Amino acid sequence: MTAVVEATHLKKRYGRFTAVAGVSFNVMAGECYGLLGPNGAGKTSIIRMMYGFSPVSAGRMRIFGLDIERDWRQIRARIGVCQQDNTLDPDLSVADNLAVFAGYFSLPAARARARAEELLRLFALEKKRTAKVMQLSGGLAKRLMVARSLINEPELLILDEPTTGLDPQSRHLLWEKLRALRKQGVTLVLTTHYMEEAAYLCDRLMILDYGKVLVEGTPQSLIKQYAGESAIEIEGVDEALRKYLIENRIEHDVLDQRIIVYAEDSVAEDLRRNFCMERCTFRTPTLEDVFLHLTGRELRE
Amino acid sequence: MMLYANISWRFLRVWWRNVVVYRRVWKVNFLIPLFEPAFYLLAFGIGFRNLVGNVGYAGLTLSYTEFIAPALIATAVMWNSFFETTYSSFVRAFYQKTFDAMIATPLSLEEIILAEVIWGATKSAAAAAIMLVVLCPLGYVALPSGLLIIPLAFLGGIAFGAIGMWFTGIVPSIDMFNLPIFLFLTPLFLFSGTFFPVGALPAWAQKTSLAFPLYHVVELCRLFSLGRMEAMPLLSIGYLLIFAVVFLAVAIRAMRRRLIV
Repeated sequence: MTAVVEATHLKKRYGRFTAVAGVSFNVMAGECYGLLGPNGAGKTSIIRMMYGFSPVSAGRMRIFGLDIERDWRQIRARIGVCQQDNTLDPDLSVADNLAVFAGYFSLPAARARARAEELLRLFALEKKRTAKVMQLSGGLAKRLMVARSLINEPELLILDEPTTGLDPQSRHLLWEKLRALRKQGVTLVLTTHYMEEAAYLCDRLMILDYGKVLVEGTPQSLIKQYAGESAIEIEGVDEALRKYLIENRIEHDVLDQRIIVYAEDSVAEDLRRNFCMERCTFRTPTLEDVFLHLTGRELRE
Repeated sequence: MMLYANISWRFLRVWWRNVVVYRRVWKVNFLIPLFEPAFYLLAFGIGFRNLVGNVGYAGLTLSYTEFIAPALIATAVMWNSFFETTYSSFVRAFYQKTFDAMIATPLSLEEIILAEVIWGATKSAAAAAIMLVVLCPLGYVALPSGLLIIPLAFLGGIAFGAIGMWFTGIVPSIDMFNLPIFLFLTPLFLFSGTFFPVGALPAWAQKTSLAFPLYHVVELCRLFSLGRMEAMPLLSIGYLLIFAVVFLAVAIRAMRRRLIV
């Protein structure tokens, strides 16, 4: 397996503010890699350094074994980028958005047209061919953004929050397209706020906070390691329970009205017998539990 | 110059994007350069001529309309490219985020900015060409020398487009373009030998005019239309070339500082 993305001790500073404080990770060919973190964790800064939009403040970013600072043009010819904001060209029709964009990659005009048609079909946008971008709904616009990022048949596709604000239908359609791409051997890097999406799409992921990597691994291994076998939500904050949890060193989060315990099945049984006075919910822990447990519950913005 | 290192012919792709967009609106837009000189000539020809009489310019005796006709082309060159790289480029860069999308492709920021300026110059050249269609048959512009006005308009367009782009790189908001327009373009419009010959002014005013880029475009337009000019042709061409190259570099730097974080 070769590494498509190699980030080493990557740093990004904006004036005095450090957005990315020394991050290292590799993305292997053909895998889907997720960047997760609360707002302001540094995800978008990393993404922007990946395609050579933002200069790297310190450390190194290599894509396909090439340095982004030096070989940016070569790298960009082989990657696709779906930015967080809608950066579609509002002065152009849907089809022209694809065809003109193909020109930026120096695709010959005939090839550009053919590729545009192919993508319109693939993303069910054929009926909107002559529509103006302004007239598209959020879901359609995002689909066009993703379609456009595939115009040059990239080996690496970078997606910054590709499904934010989409309805479930659009989201599932996108998920299927992304999985199909991965099957074709395209390497994917994506950021998302939806843990369900990360768990479903990503082979491996990292959780970032304050510009640093908290954890990295497969979704399953992270759940197992940080949230255990069971998650038990117990209504009411009981002092005896808290004492029990602390004495037995059991991972848990104390909220306003309830306590969430992450434990093995044997502990869960113990809790059920001794502490379930009002209401207890036993469930399978999710990536969301891991995320909240590691990054805390206070609001960021 | 380091700034020009990232520039390849790929910039034409961005220029082409603007052509594709313009193809949808040209039918309305090309009427402006067609009617603008007609209105001016009508107003000055009918309304003004009796007040002013003849104008002495570089040894020629001209009617007032003959005198200002070439200058009208020069001012259109200025307005066309300057408006393109200020308001229009500003919208593309910061509201539509069109440049952000381009920067994710093998295009460099330098190529994008150059393409915008060249596009502004293209509009200037096109406006000049359309104005010639009106002014040549009326005898205000001699042929074939008048055709040289088209490449001149392109060069002048780069100069004014570059300075417009520089303002785009530094103005805090789009409303602030009023400032360079009133403090820079309007004085140029009025004091570059457009409406009265600079040769008749006191020496200090003549020297000041030499520093104005529009003065040189106006002068060269007169040379190609009437066969005479007050200033030296090579000096004017050299001035415009240097002005264009320098402000292009300044504009690219300002835009880089603003867009790349």
